[in-house]
Amino acid sequence: MNYLLAMNDGQIRFSIILVYLGLLLGLGFFASRLFRGTKDDYLLASHSIGPFLLLMSMFGTTMTAFALVGSSGEAFKKGIGVYGMLASSSGIIHSLCFFLIGVKIYRFGRKHGYSTQIQFFRDRLESDLIGLILFPILVGLIIPYLLIGVMAGGGVIAVLTEGAFPNLGLSENGSIPPQYGSLLICGVVLIYVFFGGMRGTAWANAFQTTVFMGLGVVTFVMLANRLGEGQTLLESLKNVTAKVPSSKLTRAGMSQTLFLSYMCIPLSVAMFPHLFQHWLTAKSSASFKVPVICHPIFIMIVWVPCVLIGVWGTTVDLPDIRPNDVLPYLVNNEIGAFMGGLLSAGILAAIMSSLDSQFLCIGSIFTNDIVLHYLDESKISEKRQVWIARIFVILIVGITYVLSLQGYRSVFTMAVWCFSGFAGLFPIVFAALYWKRLTAAGALSGTLAMVGSWLYLFQQSGYGANTEFALSPFGSEYPLMPVVAIILCSTVAMLVTSFITPPPSQKTLDKFFRS
Amino acid sequence: MRLVIILMVLSLLVLHQDFWNWNREELSFGFLPIGLTYHIGISLGAAFVWWFACTFAWPPEIDTADEQASESGEQA
Repeated sequence: MNYLLAMNDGQIRFSIILVYLGLLLGLGFFASRLFRGTKDDYLLASHSIGPFLLLMSMFGTTMTAFALVGSSGEAFKKGIGVYGMLASSSGIIHSLCFFLIGVKIYRFGRKHGYSTQIQFFRDRLESDLIGLILFPILVGLIIPYLLIGVMAGGGVIAVLTEGAFPNLGLSENGSIPPQYGSLLICGVVLIYVFFGGMRGTAWANAFQTTVFMGLGVVTFVMLANRLGEGQTLLESLKNVTAKVPSSKLTRAGMSQTLFLSYMCIPLSVAMFPHLFQHWLTAKSSASFKVPVICHPIFIMIVWVPCVLIGVWGTTVDLPDIRPNDVLPYLVNNEIGAFMGGLLSAGILAAIMSSLDSQFLCIGSIFTNDIVLHYLDESKISEKRQVWIARIFVILIVGITYVLSLQGYRSVFTMAVWCFSGFAGLFPIVFAALYWKRLTAAGALSGTLAMVGSWLYLFQQSGYGANTEFALSPFGSEYPLMPVVAIILCSTVAMLVTSFITPPPSQKTLDKFFRS
Repeated sequence: MRLVIILMVLSLLVLHQDFWNWNREELSFGFLPIGLTYHIGISLGAAFVWWFACTFAWPPEIDTADEQASESGEQA
């Protein structure tokens, strides 16, 4: 007890984070007790996920460091327009993708036994090559997405443990250095994914989504009271808002065409491999109804407080910190150690609820689309297949961790580039489901056009270093996000090539389209 | 019904581009910037549209396919 009383604020916060991580590990071990020992159970939870768990796991997966740390940081820089730019647009587009693409993919997945996107594309396009082309692209795009979480997790722990261990010599300010925080996050996620598989991941996601949504609202109320210093919450809200510069309360300085073109970014969810895998865990098509309806409201519950906290950050005399650190800094400095520890656990919950699914889906892609596709599946036992997936998960976690040590990037910018790549593949998945005339050559050229245009534009932006990079095809007063050009390139290449190559066989068309 | 849903979604996408709120500084309830209040409305509107779509335009063939899939799964 004396030890507890003697702890400094940073140590209290760190202890709470450790308790939270311990709970997650417990959940993973519990889920592993229900494991049936098959690959299908490890990777798809035997298609047993009902509407509520599907909603929570899909939402938790799509909301990452980008939603909490990135949104508050970007709102700190640009004001409240960030909400319209990505949150309300995602409410429309994400659910549209779940409705038009998710449900159909689920149907085909159950009917034909798919576990990954690549299996679907290989079958629909009668092409083995499309799998070989898509594999490195999907893995290559998911790694920056993973990096966002790993780097943000380490950064959050570093900010929140400031002064915790002044005598250990770990860092100048006595905090846990970001690389150690990232390692801790990677380790915990790896352990519960390793043992719990998709069932553990879905449960952990549901638990973490509840935690970060609940604690997000608590953070909002506590920061409002602290920064506004009113007698009531409403008075505090009015007081703190009155101190915000008017430019942050409007979209003055934000381009309308840029705002419009941001609408293309959420199309990326249609091609997220980890989301694809979550779709396939559903118990039935009807399980999708709750996620489709509630997703826009859940986005609102998470993003509105974060955006407001971000603009409130402009009212505080902040040291020279990075935008990513605005939220953890405010939690660290404006809220007591105990609540600060709980709230920091909430931030980490949002980050880890995406990392787990991403790690698992990469294990799934490698196992199904490379190992089992090219080796004789019947000669590899179910148990060994599960182990192959686990080993690849470990490898990817290791690679991601090493890459995360390479330096700082804006969470928001990295996420937008990563999402732009996935959005560039949207026309291909849409056409595969709704356009009979799509051919393998069309899909391949569309995919390569996406990669080529993405690489070119990413290089032009200084590999993400220019955070304000935009296209100006109609003059500099009408900038557009690079995602518009990427989608245009992939669509044109796909359409032209499909029209000049022979259509798919009637057998395939009968399999995927009603006559 | 599909046409109604398509029109509703298109309306949402158009309403999302609220250039008329761009520089408005008014606050709702004394603390919520009007541009943010408007987009909260868009989020709620999206939830309504998707509820409408799931209730009145859920493709019936999907549920039939579900039954077939589960039957074939049981037989396997």
